[in-house]
Amino acid sequence: MSSFGERSWAAAVRERAVRALPPEQLLPDRQPAYVASWIYVFGVLSLSSLAVLIASGCILALKGPAWWHFTSVGHFFNSVHLWSVELFFFFMVVHLWGKYWMAAWRGGRARVWMTGAIIFLVAIPCALTGYVSQQNFDSQWISTQAKDAMNASGIGAFFNLLNFGQMYSYHVLLLPAAVVALVIAHVLLVRRHGVVPPLERSELLARPGADEQLDRHDGESGA
Amino acid sequence: MGRCALPYTVAAMFTAAVFDLNQHATYLHWHFIDLSLSNVLVIVAMVVVFALAILAPFPGGRQRGESQ
Amino acid sequence: MTAISIRPHPPGDERYRHWQGAYRRYDILKEAVIALAGVTALVILLAILFSSPDVRPSTVRQWARTMPIDFVSTATAELDGTSGTATYGPPYNHASSGQHLWFIHLQKWLGVSHPVNAARDFVLAPLRAIPGQPAVKAALTAYARAPARQQRAWASAYAKALAKARLSGGGGILTPPGSYGPLPTMMEALLRFAQSGGLDGVLLTSQHFYQTDYTKPLLFMADGSLLADRAQSQHLLGNQWGMMNETGSYPGQVWLWLYTFWYQIRPFSTSPNADIDVMAIMALLSLGLILIPFLPIVRDIPRWIPIHRLIWRAHYQSASPPGGSYRSAGR
Repeated sequence: MSSFGERSWAAAVRERAVRALPPEQLLPDRQPAYVASWIYVFGVLSLSSLAVLIASGCILALKGPAWWHFTSVGHFFNSVHLWSVELFFFFMVVHLWGKYWMAAWRGGRARVWMTGAIIFLVAIPCALTGYVSQQNFDSQWISTQAKDAMNASGIGAFFNLLNFGQMYSYHVLLLPAAVVALVIAHVLLVRRHGVVPPLERSELLARPGADEQLDRHDGESGA
Repeated sequence: MGRCALPYTVAAMFTAAVFDLNQHATYLHWHFIDLSLSNVLVIVAMVVVFALAILAPFPGGRQRGESQ
Repeated sequence: MTAISIRPHPPGDERYRHWQGAYRRYDILKEAVIALAGVTALVILLAILFSSPDVRPSTVRQWARTMPIDFVSTATAELDGTSGTATYGPPYNHASSGQHLWFIHLQKWLGVSHPVNAARDFVLAPLRAIPGQPAVKAALTAYARAPARQQRAWASAYAKALAKARLSGGGGILTPPGSYGPLPTMMEALLRFAQSGGLDGVLLTSQHFYQTDYTKPLLFMADGSLLADRAQSQHLLGNQWGMMNETGSYPGQVWLWLYTFWYQIRPFSTSPNADIDVMAIMALLSLGLILIPFLPIVRDIPRWIPIHRLIWRAHYQSASPPGGSYRSAGR
């Protein structure tokens, strides 16, 4: 209900959002004491690489796709864009390894894992469309080779790697928008559910199937 | 031919790389595996960084004792 | 009231939903700013140290000038329907049904969405676009009037002759004598047109003034040897793990290692359906990656191989009672 007593969509959405993710959880100034390892910084390092990637991409987009071939400043920003891609994948893979070995999907965090995996998988075609948008020999070779995989699976019927205009549109707008939307969902889910607690000491000796048992609980609802 | 308006050192930063990676790569072969040295170094770096991340001591690891 | 339910395996995961134990001071924004500053500095350093590759693209003009016999051989194959593009199938033409996986013929089912008529688009139409060349016009007319069987015979004979061809002093192509019909005249004209740069333009803008679709010039060049030769020298071929590589000694797309791996081993390395086979495998594995939380054994491995003991060693060494900081799902 709004402050005016009538049924308000804005108030309903706001109250629901704040209930799901209170401000002190969204922007916390404390974290569980077990978050005490350098492995935990690879999420924010991946995010930072993505930020540099997008910023350098915006500069390249400002001047158009041919600029970087003919000016040294343009080439520099292309280099920044390339190395931020390499770092993005580097940090993301280390982050993925860390989260796997922590079994970070526990305690209702399956969606956190799933959105993270999908980000990785969507980033790959995002990078591919970038490689074929370079307008150099790399683009010629990668597009003429990768087209076979696209065509064989039917994707080539509507996604033509040899069509620079289409690939540039996907690379500059559609796929980065998808990656950013997924990253926002992923980060909000992390903030909502919190960083996964450590496996209990009793689990350190767990055998497969050892904990398949009836679970007693008192009338609570499911996940 | 135009003159570069930027100081030479800044312009040089934007032009030639310190290390020229445009030369042919070295490749490491083992049976059917055939990887460039650069790629192998990146993979090794990932593993080393992962190992360091979980092994390196983390500052301020003491618990402050506050709970919900 | 106490309810008993069977939880999906492993039921114990619910206890990890909420942390009731100790907290420490933390500033999420400070962490983000420090990370961003550090990564920005690292990227700028890498860009200064190593720059980025920019190998110039090939053009049809270069191809015709540096590899004229290969160019003419490819053009002949386009004309008689034996080139890679002419025999590709969907989405370019109906020459074959393309790749398939068991009964799944996605390439055929999605149809011809980017029609390319190799003979017309790469040879006949560009030749007709050349102004004021009566010999070429006459050759085209003779070719068009000949029955299909005759056209194929000329092309086949000329293709065999090109295997023994050599270049003349004036840059023309000398073939052994034979019955090739109007083909030598047509191909000589196409070669000169390509060497002048005109063919690049015609292939790109044959339908419209503004164009961003490089399908035709790229397919034509890919049917020849120029791109593949350059790629081989840069270790970019499919059987050289090329998908992972970059020109020069730059690191490439390391994250594609598993995708390119399949192409290096049998049966995929020799299969005509390798592309759809590998795409299917990778689609399955990608789905598996997404669904790890629900896959028995895969989701249990972190418990069996306790790398987490290293990550959380401070926590395990702390004085807090076992299980005391975990709250079960009920309040």
